[in-house]
Amino acid sequence: MSASTVDSHGHAIPHAAGHAHGGSSVGHFINTYVFSRDHKIIGLQFLFSTLLWFLVGGLLALGIRWQLAWPWHDMPVIGRMLFSPEGGQISPEFYTMLFTMHATVMIFFVIIPILAGAFGNYLIPLMIGADDMAFPTLNMLSYWFMWPAFLCIGSSFFLPGNGAASGWTSYPPLSAVWEAAPGSGMAQTMWLLGITFVGISSMMGSVNYMTTIINMRAPGMTMFRLPLTIWAMFITAILQAFALPVLTAAGFMQLMDRTIGTGFFLPEGLVVNNSMAATGGGQPLLWQHLFWFYSHPAVYIMILPAMGMVSDIISCFARKPIFGYKPMVYSISGIAGLGFIVWGHHMFISGMNPVLGMTFMVATMLIALPSAVKVFNWLGTIWGGKVLFTTPMLFATSFVSMFIIGGLSGIFMAATPVDIFIHDTYFIVAHFHYVLFSGTAMAVFGAIYFWFPKMFGRMMNETWGKVHFFFTFVFLNGTFYLMHILGAVGFPRRLADPYHYETFAHLQPMNQFITICAIGMVSTQIIFAINFIYSMFYGPSVGRNPWHANSLEWTAPSPPGHGNFDFQPIVYRGPYEYGSPEVDTDYYPQIQPPPTHPKGTVPPKHH
Amino acid sequence: MGRFWSLLFLLVPVLGVGAFVFAAADVWPIHGHWLPDNINDHGGVIDSLFMFILYLTGVIFIATGIALFWFLWRYDAAKHAEPAKFTHGSHTLEVVWSILPAAILLFIAIYQMNAWADAKIRRPIESSGPDGVAGTADDVPQRPLALVTGRQFEWQIHYSGPDKEFNSEDDTVRDDVFIVNELHVPVHEEVVLQIESQDVLHSFFLPNMRIKQDVVPGMKQFVWFRANREGTFDIVCAELCGWGHYKMKGRLTVESREKFDRWLAQQYDEQQRRSFVAGTGE
Repeated sequence: MSASTVDSHGHAIPHAAGHAHGGSSVGHFINTYVFSRDHKIIGLQFLFSTLLWFLVGGLLALGIRWQLAWPWHDMPVIGRMLFSPEGGQISPEFYTMLFTMHATVMIFFVIIPILAGAFGNYLIPLMIGADDMAFPTLNMLSYWFMWPAFLCIGSSFFLPGNGAASGWTSYPPLSAVWEAAPGSGMAQTMWLLGITFVGISSMMGSVNYMTTIINMRAPGMTMFRLPLTIWAMFITAILQAFALPVLTAAGFMQLMDRTIGTGFFLPEGLVVNNSMAATGGGQPLLWQHLFWFYSHPAVYIMILPAMGMVSDIISCFARKPIFGYKPMVYSISGIAGLGFIVWGHHMFISGMNPVLGMTFMVATMLIALPSAVKVFNWLGTIWGGKVLFTTPMLFATSFVSMFIIGGLSGIFMAATPVDIFIHDTYFIVAHFHYVLFSGTAMAVFGAIYFWFPKMFGRMMNETWGKVHFFFTFVFLNGTFYLMHILGAVGFPRRLADPYHYETFAHLQPMNQFITICAIGMVSTQIIFAINFIYSMFYGPSVGRNPWHANSLEWTAPSPPGHGNFDFQPIVYRGPYEYGSPEVDTDYYPQIQPPPTHPKGTVPPKHH
Repeated sequence: MGRFWSLLFLLVPVLGVGAFVFAAADVWPIHGHWLPDNINDHGGVIDSLFMFILYLTGVIFIATGIALFWFLWRYDAAKHAEPAKFTHGSHTLEVVWSILPAAILLFIAIYQMNAWADAKIRRPIESSGPDGVAGTADDVPQRPLALVTGRQFEWQIHYSGPDKEFNSEDDTVRDDVFIVNELHVPVHEEVVLQIESQDVLHSFFLPNMRIKQDVVPGMKQFVWFRANREGTFDIVCAELCGWGHYKMKGRLTVESREKFDRWLAQQYDEQQRRSFVAGTGE
């Protein structure tokens, strides 16, 4: 904790020591802001990168929505720029690329890195009272290994096919045979390499998080005094460390099938679109097993940290301890444990042995249990509190409200017979968008509003934050809720033009409504972007603890300097002691020593 | 503003349930936005299971939604003077709300197993085999009426003809019938289809039959149904199979046995005529 000093107002002054003056200020800048080993800078680097990709992913989604609302109609403005060879229309091959890359970008470049990379990095050392991560250089590398991934996937947009187009699940043979689709050429190879780099980055992060949380907690910070955010990050890191190698191996197997003629995923003699017959001997289903062995736990990697952050935000603004702290911890662990034995529910109708499907069905049903327990505990936390309707609280509450929908719709698809009908329909699309957008992304927005003052020492505008919340909330429900209804009709995913089927021809007006809401939802984010950028420079300055919260990061300066704390934090209690009768304030920071005379037993002083 | 936000969250269960009620009641403005007509004798169980889960989750959705609204409304700091209840939870409550959902979820899991087995495991049988008892290992499974093969981007339909064998080796007279995208089946009869893929993954989806099965190159799958209404219905590809995935559309015609036999014979004749013309080099 020597790299910064803190002045009396709590503002960090970076040390000039160790850097020569004058001439090497460029080097200083690069060491501080580019190849930084400070977990906070790395966290912010992740945050900015992922927010930019969020924009890309959102625009890709609008392309999908345009095609579903007005198929084969010229896309206004953008159409001319992007698809002038097709006369401004989205071609079917471009459409398959759109949904593939939308999912890829959102999952691998936004949700996973914004949770683990941005918030994990920023919050873990601060919330456990450490001066930095256990391995700062590894941490730096984990960010910079995202860049080869950005370049691979980014460049694939300019390769033949305009990007991979075999779905984000990349099922062979479509993805493994070069001739199978326009996007299955070099673009698919770049996709696989990109995903591998994301995996390397995540692996470096998760090793670091586990080590840091186990070894670097401040004195007094026992495991059961950790904020739930940290518990969630810890469990997530374990999930990643155990699941990722399988995806990486599978990715390399597919890469070899594509390049050096192995046949892990191709049956003997397979010919697709006049390709050369495959040497084969493999099984397309093997890929699905390996892929989902990672990607199902990855679903929890994409939600657990959000749940943790939501718990912290709700407890803070209900001014009340979290209801059932230990059941919350056990639920997170339970979700993670069960998360490893439910991957087969993505494969109920894949041709996998249906008897095996039954066991996966039982495990899948049971994983709804810890999720339900978490919801009840959030409700219990709000019950009897003093609710402050701040922007972060609104986003966190909407997480609970929306996660209920996403959780309940999951029961339909866990039920194997029902899944026969709704599998690969918009019911599924509705379900995972309720979990990932309405759930995780809303939690991320809440977390940004909540920790922004810590990150930049300034507040974001509350009024505009609420406007942002209101329109996002309304439009997201307009966009995603009706997809359940589409799914009930059996409306399939991934069709460039579903309306030539008699069964689905009458669904176009509803899709147009959904598209209008989606355009509204994306446009609303302009409010957020302006608020974010403006507040970074001109927002009102705040002190260390603007929300009167308990956990350790709020006792560090805002923003904290390199080394985080200007004192040695010693922890006396858990992070959720709001409204404790022991003290007069309605919050009770983890570092505040207990009163020598507990309240009520203090002898009257003036008598 | 606390009142406003509480009411906004109350709108979630209100409008959420409302949308489903409107869709299920089949009324304006979302007429016809519900499960498509079921024409499969075995499909009804899937619909009733869907409705059962819908009612069950609906109750939980409404209850939790109203609880969330009420807590936000009641404990709004701006309207509410008393201090927060300082409590860290309740062991009894945790036990109750763990065991109750666990029991319900296990019930659903076990309750549906039969439906799943009927749909995917217990293929109809031709005869109960030498021991005369159905449901034992020596049952003779019913032979498929047709072989449906997916390829980019069409469904190739292959009827076995009277010998009930696909591409049988000893065929002196080829009795097989090959058609593209037009599947005909007799009504009120147990029909088994063998489905395969020639190139990439496809999924054979009959929305009106509540049937969906991925087809995987190198594997073969079976689906079975008993149609109870004549008519023409969609065959949809439900697994991404390439750029032309959206147009991989087939038609399923359900008709009486007589009509079906006549149609098949007619297809056979046409095929013979075509091959004769082709064989003589036109």
